[in-house]
Parts: sequence; structure tokens; C-alpha cells
Amino acid sequence: MPRRDDIHTVMVIGSGPIVIGQACEFDYSGTQACRVLKAEGLRVVLLNSNPATIMTDPEFADATYVEPITTDVIERIIEKERPDALLATLGGQTALNAAIAVAEADILERYNVELIGASLEAINLGENRELFKGVVERCGADSARSHICHTMDELVAAAEDLKYPVVVRPSFTMGGLGSGLAYDEEDLRRIGGAGLRYSPSTEVLLEESILGWKEYELELMRDKHDNVVVVCSIENLDPVGVHTGDSVTVAPALTLTDREYQKLRDVGIAVIREVGVDTGGCNIQFAVEPTTGRVIVIEMNPRVSRSSALASKATGFPIAKIAARLAIGYTLDEIPNDITGSTPASFEPTLDYVVVKVPRFAFEKFPAADPVLTTTMKSVGEAMALGRNFTEALGKAMRSIDKKGQVFHWEGEPPTGEALDALLAQCAIPTEQRLIQVQQALRAAINDPDVVDRVFDATGIDPWFLDQILLMNEIALEVTGAPGLDEPLLRRAKSHGFSDAQMAKLRHIDESAIASARVDAGVIPVFKTVDTCAAEFEAHTPYHYSSYDEENEVQPREREAVLILGSGPNRIGQGIEFDYSCVHAALTLKDQYETVMINCNPETVSTDYDTSDRLYFEPLTFEDVMAVYEAEKAAGPIKGMLVQLGGQTPLSLAQRLSDAGVPILGTTPEAINKAEDRREFGVVLETAGLPAPQYGTAHGIDEATEIAERIGYPVLVRPSYVLGGRGMEIVYSREQLADYGTRMAGVGDHVTDAPLLIDKFLDDAIEIDVDAIFDGDQMFLGGVMEHIEEAGIHSGDSACVLPPVTLSAADLDRIRVSTEALARGIGVRGLMNVQFALASDVLYVLEANPRASRTVPFVAKATGVALAKAAARVMLGATIAELKAEGMLPELDASVYDDHARIAVKEAVLPFKRFRTHGGLAVDSILGPEMRSTGEVMGFDETFPLAFAKSQAGAIGGLPLSGTVFVSTADRDKRAITFPVARLHQLGFSILATEGTRRVLSRHGIPSEVVRKKSQGKGPDGEPTIVDLINDGYIDMVVNTPSGQGARADGYEIRAAATAADVAIITTTQQLAAAVQAIEALQRGRFEVMSLQDVARDIASMRTPR
Amino acid sequence: MTNEPAVLVLENGDVYRGEAYGARGETLGEIVFNTGMTGYQETLTDPSYYRQIVVMTAPHIGNTGMNDEDAESRRIWVSGFVMREPARRPSNWRSQRSLGDDLAEQGIVSMSGIDTRKLTRTLRTFGSMRGGIFSGDALANDADLLARVRAAAPMAGAHLADAVSIDGDYVIEPPDGVERVAHVVAVDLGIKATTPELMAQRGIKVTVVPSSWTADQILAREPDGVFFSNGPGDPAAADRTVEVIRAILDARVPLFGICFGNQLLGRALGYGTYKLRFGHRGINQPVMDRTTGKVEITSHNHGFAVDAPLGDASESPHGYGRVHVSHVCLNDDVVEGLECLDLPAFSVQYHPEAAAGPHDAAYLFDRFLDLMNGRRTLEGTR
Repeated sequence: MPRRDDIHTVMVIGSGPIVIGQACEFDYSGTQACRVLKAEGLRVVLLNSNPATIMTDPEFADATYVEPITTDVIERIIEKERPDALLATLGGQTALNAAIAVAEADILERYNVELIGASLEAINLGENRELFKGVVERCGADSARSHICHTMDELVAAAEDLKYPVVVRPSFTMGGLGSGLAYDEEDLRRIGGAGLRYSPSTEVLLEESILGWKEYELELMRDKHDNVVVVCSIENLDPVGVHTGDSVTVAPALTLTDREYQKLRDVGIAVIREVGVDTGGCNIQFAVEPTTGRVIVIEMNPRVSRSSALASKATGFPIAKIAARLAIGYTLDEIPNDITGSTPASFEPTLDYVVVKVPRFAFEKFPAADPVLTTTMKSVGEAMALGRNFTEALGKAMRSIDKKGQVFHWEGEPPTGEALDALLAQCAIPTEQRLIQVQQALRAAINDPDVVDRVFDATGIDPWFLDQILLMNEIALEVTGAPGLDEPLLRRAKSHGFSDAQMAKLRHIDESAIASARVDAGVIPVFKTVDTCAAEFEAHTPYHYSSYDEENEVQPREREAVLILGSGPNRIGQGIEFDYSCVHAALTLKDQYETVMINCNPETVSTDYDTSDRLYFEPLTFEDVMAVYEAEKAAGPIKGMLVQLGGQTPLSLAQRLSDAGVPILGTTPEAINKAEDRREFGVVLETAGLPAPQYGTAHGIDEATEIAERIGYPVLVRPSYVLGGRGMEIVYSREQLADYGTRMAGVGDHVTDAPLLIDKFLDDAIEIDVDAIFDGDQMFLGGVMEHIEEAGIHSGDSACVLPPVTLSAADLDRIRVSTEALARGIGVRGLMNVQFALASDVLYVLEANPRASRTVPFVAKATGVALAKAAARVMLGATIAELKAEGMLPELDASVYDDHARIAVKEAVLPFKRFRTHGGLAVDSILGPEMRSTGEVMGFDETFPLAFAKSQAGAIGGLPLSGTVFVSTADRDKRAITFPVARLHQLGFSILATEGTRRVLSRHGIPSEVVRKKSQGKGPDGEPTIVDLINDGYIDMVVNTPSGQGARADGYEIRAAATAADVAIITTTQQLAAAVQAIEALQRGRFEVMSLQDVARDIASMRTPR
Repeated sequence: MTNEPAVLVLENGDVYRGEAYGARGETLGEIVFNTGMTGYQETLTDPSYYRQIVVMTAPHIGNTGMNDEDAESRRIWVSGFVMREPARRPSNWRSQRSLGDDLAEQGIVSMSGIDTRKLTRTLRTFGSMRGGIFSGDALANDADLLARVRAAAPMAGAHLADAVSIDGDYVIEPPDGVERVAHVVAVDLGIKATTPELMAQRGIKVTVVPSSWTADQILAREPDGVFFSNGPGDPAAADRTVEVIRAILDARVPLFGICFGNQLLGRALGYGTYKLRFGHRGINQPVMDRTTGKVEITSHNHGFAVDAPLGDASESPHGYGRVHVSHVCLNDDVVEGLECLDLPAFSVQYHPEAAAGPHDAAYLFDRFLDLMNGRRTLEGTR
């Protein structure tokens, strides 16, 4: 039966900004959905506020709205575009919640829009815990015993019945936000109270603890004929108690017999039917009691999820793509299996390999956060690896994490006695370190044959997995003890996941010595194919992974290949924005070259086998990249490798790869080093006559102090070769610098071993970010972004506006000249990002990075120029003049003041709410030079105020239209705020102020009330401080412009409270002016929405080249 | 795991060197691959694998050990077992013994540590072939081993059901609390334990009888239906059982066949059978029930198939009226089920009893019951 013919226009909702628990896996699923729907000839209308996504590239939909995902905006779009159907099951919890809201507001009914994929009833049955319990019961399966609670009293009473510990799960939150385990009433009051607040329905489920049970997940798909298939089973190595997103997971399930597995399958199928997910995917989580096999259904998601992205990459079965087809009426048997081409999608993939996913955490960025892993997801990214056995996949996955201390090691003596007891006690508490701790504890096996059982008792990790880690320890001993490394031993170690680097450490020799011994012995990896069917049918999709096995499956080719290195697991500072550039390179180079992607992040579009001609799912280490290079070299001619698009991870490999003979395309490793090495960069600046803040490079903290005293405090300190401002701080004194040195020495992170860079910190500067392409002769200035926050806040965390709203044409000209001089001096071929600071009318160069930057996708969306594609072409030798002639680049670039330009504001989205101190308070949300944001949104409109308003609505709850504003400003700003604050008063807001600010306002005739500063503490009669008022929800907006160190600190307290309470916060006078105008505009009416395609048409018709 | 070498030699001369596992010695047979990720215990004990060396495509085998509950028959039937990575330590709450212990105890020469994917790709490309595993004292130079492999009997033309069947009959009653609603005689051509169990759960008393029983012996038990099980060997070599089936058809006693039983029903109706290049062995095979249009994910283990026309119902060449291909494999359009439209008989090529595998097709036992109760009309339920 063909697809439905009653659907012509489909609206798709994306997942908005990247946040913990909802990352770029929804760009992957959304992009697939849009592709499929367009290919089916349907008109696609897309809404997503996240400009860094591939799905919001104009070619993936007919009308792309980069607008806030709110009920109001959705209604405006529906009104304008009149879709027949709304598909919301591919945009995570955000899209699902948005769809529920519009459905409940009767908007869908009013405009006759059908919710496809899953009905409102199905979504409710799946998501509402009480209803879902009923579903499970009707399926003849078990749930954990539980009670639904709406008040604290109900929570306490329910816990008495269930007995502690109890699991707290708020309803309708994503990534398990607000859930946790309460061991006693105090815990319960803390976690449960927060849960009631997080739940939009003030509803919390309290349930019996199944802590320590085995945890499994099934990914299912169902079509309208009620055909159901299980795409993948996933087993969590960490037992129940750790969120599946934070757990090491394995596919397929490895410790169930067929009977036990089929029982899960039967229950899973019964549940998807009972919930009524008509067409599409869902995932269901199970707990299995390890001693009895009792099965409990934990939960289900009636939508495509992070796990389904993982399952798609793990099996080669593209769940989102197929879900989109099912949603428009196809059945599974009508959809071909892409990989085989000859068999249908109505089957269950079978794997002849093992997949391991390892989470990547960012606790180092939130030192105050409680590092214990719970049922609330805290990881920011993940890496996946495939191998022909568990150990091979585990070893590869762990090294894919690209973080020091996160691979197995065999340093020191195996633990014994008390040290072992202490280690086992640590293992019992799940943290980021647990897997390493388990491996270390298992080293005790040489003295204690029962240690596997002891580790099992401490962790609940299945003994089969423990035995596999034990095997790796045994091999490590063999490698250490062998007189020489012969072929069988090398092969044995490699086939159990050992990297050359690990073996080199065991043998106390160089990694290169291991590599050459290995190659000499003929121990090189082969590449197998992910084919969905364990080789039963021929595969036509070159999706490969390495293994130390016998037969290589890489096919010869004739076209020249371009290898593109991706960016690895998402982390703060290196995420979807870099994947965007890699994907664009692949898409644009496909016509001329065989594009070959290497990456290990299962969430991304780059690891969709549809993106490049060949996909290698491999760690981004020197060893693994070289192995792919050698295999591809044997397969056909190689043009070269692109290392400048995936961020710092591939960039840091550039020199070694080049030294090993790999042709690096675009900017050379020497040029990359020129930008990174302070001395060489100094020469570039000097030659070009460009000013930079005074700086120095220090090896060790003593030298750093010397430099800091020479150039004068405040200084900006950071390790070199970092992304996302890792370890970057503003230091105001010698004491602070000493403290910095001590803290950095204690952090186990490879970046902290790098030399320290010391820069003079410019107070009061406007920061400017620039993205440009240089072809060796000509430059194309892609975009100039003016930061809204003051200098000193990492560019990734501050809002910025493009085109700049306060810079003159002359400023733009200076920026153009400086950028071009830098590009020429460094020797850039391709993209370059420059950060400038404009202070006292001097344009200082802060840094230049000859690589794709985090802002490339934002610039591309805002200007409508395919910057990343053009850059990839330049890296392969095209000139800017040629690309202009082709029409890929416009004649005029961002150095020309464009009166018609639409204004785009990028706002950062921060994860502070998710991290709690051990006491359960929100972590301090101070913004600084170290990046902490996980994602971004774009507000796009005709004027800065409207664009700004949209960016705020997309990032946080939006600006208030009425209520109370707290104002506290630096003295130098007092003059500037009087007008906007007066306007706020006229617009109906009540004003609270600190004493100094109140006096100024009063003399301008603006009534305000005084409130105590945080530093003053509560008054004699318990008068609250501003922080108390924010915490208690009395404040709707905070205006706080800081100056100098003391005020900065006080402001941060306020900011922390505002962040935790989702209160809008304004920190600059420009921002205040913008916010006031935005509020004014919003009070007049709703947002106007405009698709990127309409914007492009508008601009084209208005713009006349000068 | 051991460091003792083992060699796998294929009829085409390919040689794989790995490690000995289970018993040492020599074993010969048809080498086939199974793609199931679970269910190695059921596979090992499935009599249909008699005289076959089974290669598991899933890399980790033996993780959950062996227990007394999941075996599908009284012993391990495969003639050899090949896997990439046997478990060193089984882990499961029901595990009683390790896989290696059971294989060794039952004398099953096995091996591990080879590129099973390469082997699978070879079998997919060139078809199932004879092979041998050699270890311990049986090791010799490759040419000698190849000669021994090539001297082994091929699967085509092999009559094997009698070798795996039982000597005497036995009865399985419905479990306590389930009312007895029918009596079936099940002819054991290599029957799996789950089959009579699933019938018994539906209130069917099952008398399992040896493959050597004649139609008269079967009908003397006055069954409401007769069942022909799965089993090993070439259906073309099973003339005696084909004659039994024809007698049952003539008697108009409701008949249900699975796997080998399906091939023999096909032959009884007058269709041919043929050997597939590499067969279907796995638990993820999509089969369409052409009566309902629904797809079920099914367990397969067959190297032969029935050659019947896929289109509209055809006339049985042996005069049993119209026959409809009721089920078809969506991967390759192989006939997966037959339904007589003028006689109370039907069969499927795959395994509704699963074990190992999904339970999607268990409804077929209900269909059999309906057929016996006359609730299902001969025209089917279309």
C-alpha cells in the first residue's frame, strides 16, 4: 500500500538548543525525517530554534523557521503554512511537549492539523507514569511498585509504604531531570521537592528501588498494519541506578538467554501496541533482577530518542528515516533496507560485532557539582565503537572519549588489602571514574581469585563483563612479561582492544616502536562492514569499523578520496557546530571526490551513512586515523585529509599525521602551529602591525607569575591548545594565580599539561568574533559578530549579534583589514576565526584560529551563505573568485555595511540547573572565560530588539511582559540606564534597586524600592536580600551591570540565583536597551515569523550591489 | 579457551586456523551459518542440525552457560560448532554448566578464534558445503584433511530423520488446569521439545511417535490431527514419510507440518523441493502471512525449500485440490508455507515454536486447533 495521499504539507518540530539529555541525535533524526519527507514529494515546514543544526539548512525543508519553539510561534507558523500534519516524534521531549501544548490549546483542531507518528492519547499513555503503569499491567507485565504524588506529604507517606531507598521520578521532564534516589526522608524532601517543581504537572512518581538490577533497553518500530520489529537490544553495563545516558551500554544484549530475551521482546511488543504508537519508533527500558530473572518495565518513550540514534548507528537500521516513512503511511515491508538494497525493513537486524557506548562527562567544568551518577543524566556526550568482540569495542570506545585518565592503565602495583577494600568501596558509588576503578580492582585477581565476585558485589556489574575486563588485565600482564612482542601476542592484545599507546606504556617504549613492530609482524586491522544482517546478504553501503580479524572488506575505488576527520564525542566547547562543518564538507565534495568520514560520535549527522560516500566509525586517535588512511590508500588514490573542521580533536593530530605522510588539505599544520604558538603568532601580529594585549607563554606557575607581574593584573590565564576555554580564568592577583596553579595541577586532563598562556585582560572591551575564508590571495569575510556580554565571558557563553549593531562602517573596515592581514600572515587556506576586542577605540587581536569555529553554522544561517561548503572547496583548491562566479559565495561580504540585513542574535544555553552540589543546591552559575554552555539558539528578525526577544524566548522562558525588575548597575552605567528604566516603569513594571541605583533613579523621577544586597545579608527584621527574592520567585527580570572585581562577584550571586530560577538577566546597558525595546514590541503583539527561504527571497529582491 | 590448535577445512580448500574447543578429534558435516544472537543452547539441541557443523555469526557464544530447561531435545545434535569468542565465565541465574563442558562431554568437536564473518561471507557466496574440524590427534597436513572432507557424504540425498527420531511413542498431556480439547499424533522427524509443549498449552494431548510409524499406526490412535515435525536431511530422500502424509491427506485428518514437515507435505501434494544456496538459519527472518498481509519475524532453520508457484492457488499435481502458498519469506521470496484449500492441511517452512526465536508465529498452533475443531473453514479466513 503506498503512502497516504491526503497529506501534502508536513510540519516537523526539532528539539531546539543542545542541552544535557537532548543533544544532536535529534538533528540526526530530524535531518533524516526532512530528507525522507522531501524525497516523498511532500512540502516540509520545519521549526527549530537551533541554528547549528543541519536540519535547519534551507535545503532540507521548504520553509525553515529558526524561531523559538513556543505554542504561540507554532500557531503563527501553522496559520501561515497550513500544514496537513504535525510530526513531533523526532524532535525529542521538546518537540513532544510542544506538540502536546498546541494540541491541548486546540490549535491543531482549529487548523485541521493531524498529529502523526503518535497520537496525543499514545503520548500520554507512554509519558504519564500512572497511566503507563496501567499499560504495563494490561500487558501482563510488572512495574516497580509505586505511588503517584502531588505534594510533599504524599511523598513522605508513600516512602513509608515502599521502604527506603525509593526512586523519585518527576513526570514530563527530559533526560530524567529532577529524578534521583532517596535513602532517607531528608533526601526525599530535597529531591522530591525539586521534582515537584520541575514537573510541569507537579507530579512525581515514587517507586520501589530496583537499584543494582540488570538494565536493558529495546528499540521497537511499529507500522499501521501493526507489524512490529525490535531493531536493537541494548544492555547497560552499569546496573539500574545510573541513567542510561550516563551508563556504559552494549549492543546487542550479551547476558540473556533466548528465553529471557524473548520475554522482553514479547512485553515490549505488547506495550507498544497497548500504548498505541501507531507508526514509528519507541524505546522501552527493562530491569531484570539478577538472581531471579524477574522483569520490570521501567519506562517507555513514545518517540525517537537518544537510544534510537545509538541503535541506528549500532545496527545500520535508520530508525528516524523509517519512522518518517511509516508516519506518512508506508508499512515496514514496503520500505527497502538501504544497506542490502534487496531485503525489506520488516526484519530485525542481527549483529556479528559488539557495540559499546561510553559517556563523556564535563564535571571538571562544574567543580562544585556532585559527581555521583544517578537517574538524572549528567553526561554531555558519548562515543561509540564497534569491534568483533566486547573488549575490542570497549578499548576503542574508551579511547574515543579523548580525555586523559579515561582509558585502562596498569601503572603501579595491583591493589591489595586495605587499598583494595577502599577501591571496592569507591566502585560501589557510580561516578565517571567507576569503570577505571573496576579495572584497577580487578588487577587484584593475581592475589585474590575471588575478586570478580567482590567487584560484582560492590557494583552489580554482570560477572561476564567483569571477566572480560579481567581478560584485558591478563593480557596486559602477558604484554609486560613477554621477552619480546611476537605476532600472536601482538594480535591477541590488539584484538582485545589495546591501543599502541597502552602497549607502549606497558613496555616502557615509544608508541611508534609498537606501531612499527606491529606492522612488521603484519598485525594490522581489517575493516568490516555494518550490514544489519551478519553477512547473510551483500551490503551496498560502505559503513566500516576496524577489527583485528582476517578479511578486509574495503572495496577498491577509482575516484580520489578526501578523508574528513569529525570531532568525536560532544563536549562543552566542541559539539554539533563542528559536526555541521564536517557534514557540509562531505556534502559539497561528494560531487568531485569520494568523501570518507571518520568519527566516533553516534549522535551526529556526520555518522549517518547517508552523509559521506564511506563512513568509518573509528576513534579519532593517531593510530586509528592512520589505520583508516592506510586502508583507503590501498583502496585507491587519496587527495588528502581535512583536519580543520572537527574542532580541536582532529586539529591536534594534524602535525603527527602530516609527519607520517598524510597529505593535509587546506591550512598546513605549520600554519596551524603559527596561530597557536605565541611566539610565532607574535611575529605574525608584528609583521601585520596589529595590536594585541600583552602576553606571555609560561611553563609552570612560577614563570606565569613572573609574566603576570610584568604585564600587570588582571590577566587571562589558560593552557594552550584548548577549546571551549577549558581551564581559562581571569586572575586579579598573585594569590589567585597561585591558587589557579594548584588547582590545575590536580586536574587529570591532558590540556593541563600544556604550556600556560598569559594575556593582559582588557576590562570594558567589546568583543568581536569573525569568521572568514582565505584562499591565499583573497578573503571572504563571512560574518562579524558583536558580543552582547562584556569581555571576559567566553565567546561560546555570551550572546552575540550579527551584523554588529553598534559598530560603524569604519570599524568593519578595520576588522576586514586586520583579518586579512592575519590570514595572510598565518597562511590560511580555508576557514579562520578571529576574536577581537575593541577597547578605547583600539582593535586588539585576542586570538586567531585557522579552523572551522563554533559560530560557522550561526553565521551561515544568519547570512544565508554556505560558509562551510565554500571553505571546504577552498581547502581543495578553489578560489574565492571562482566560488563567487559559481554563485556559491555572494559578491559582497560582511565587511560591507548592509542596510537590508536581517538581525540575528545567538544566545547560549547553560546547563547549571542540571548540576547540583552534594547538598542539592544549584551549582554556582558564574559565567567566565571557561565555556560552560551546551547549546545555542538564534533569534532572527528585522530589528535587534525583536531578534533579541526571540533569542531570549528560545533560550530561557523569555522576557517578562509585566512584573518586577531588579536594577543594580555599575556607577559608570547609571547615566545610561535612566532612560530604559524609566521606560520599563511606564510599561508597567515595578522597579527594585540597590540603594545607589535608587538614588539616581529617584532624581530622574523614577520610583523604585530599595532591596538589600546579598553582601549585606538579611536585615534585622529578616528583610530579604535580592538573592532571596529571586529564589522565592518575586523577581521577573534582573538588570545587573558589573564593573571591577568586587561588583563582578556580587553580580554573580545574583546571576546564579536568576539562572537557577529561570529569570531573565541583563548584564549590559546595550542588552537592557534591547530588552526594553523587545518588551515594548512584545506588549504590542506576537512575534512575526519568517522562514529562512522567505528571508533569502526578500533580501535578494531588496539588495542592490553598490 | 585453550592454545590447542584446531583447523577448519572447507570442501573448496579454504583453511581456517583457530583454537580447539569442546571435544578434540575430527568431525565432518555440512557447514552452515546461524545468525541468531541468542539461543545457542536451543540451536545445539535442535535435531535438524544433525550432520551439520554450525557457525555462529554472533561473536560471543556461551555467555549464559547451559541449563536443564532450554534444551530442545535429549542431546546436542550438531556435528561441530564454530564460534569466534567462547565465554570464559558463563553468567546467568539459570546457568548450570558451561558450554565448553557440555560440548566436551557430548563429544562435539568445536573450535573458536577464527574470522567467522569471512567464513559466513564465503558460505553466502559459494553456498553451504562440506567441511571438517580437526584438532588433537586428528590434525594432519591440509591436503589430507581436505581429502577427508571431500570424502564425507553430502547433505543432498541424505535421509536422516530416522537417525534422530525416537524409538517408542510418548504422550504429553495439557498442563494442570488446561482442559483437553484435542488429540494430535506428532511424527518425530527431529521434533523440538517446545512444539508439543505449545500444543499442550492449548489443550492438545500430543502423542509423539517415531518417524518409522505407518499411517495405519498413526490413524489407529484416532487423532484429531496429525503433525509432522522439523528434521534433518534432504526431503527428496524421505519417500516413506511422503507416503504416510498422502495417506493422512486421503483420510482427511487435519494435518499440520513444520519445516521438514512442510517440505514433505509439499512433496506429497506433488511439488518439488530444492536445496537453497546457503539456507535460512536465524531468528530474524521476515515472513508475510499472505492471508492477513501481516509480517511476522520468525525463526528459520532450513537448507531446502518447496518449489510451488507463488501466484494464485495452484492445483496439486497429485490431485489434492487447490494449494495456496500461504507464507513467503520477504528477503528472497522463498515459499514459507502451504495451505490446502480443499483439504484440512497446512504447513510452514519456519518455526512457529521458535526456541530460539521470536514468538510472532505461535498463532499457527491456534490455526491448527481451529482446523481440528472445524472452526477454520477450508477456504481459510480471507
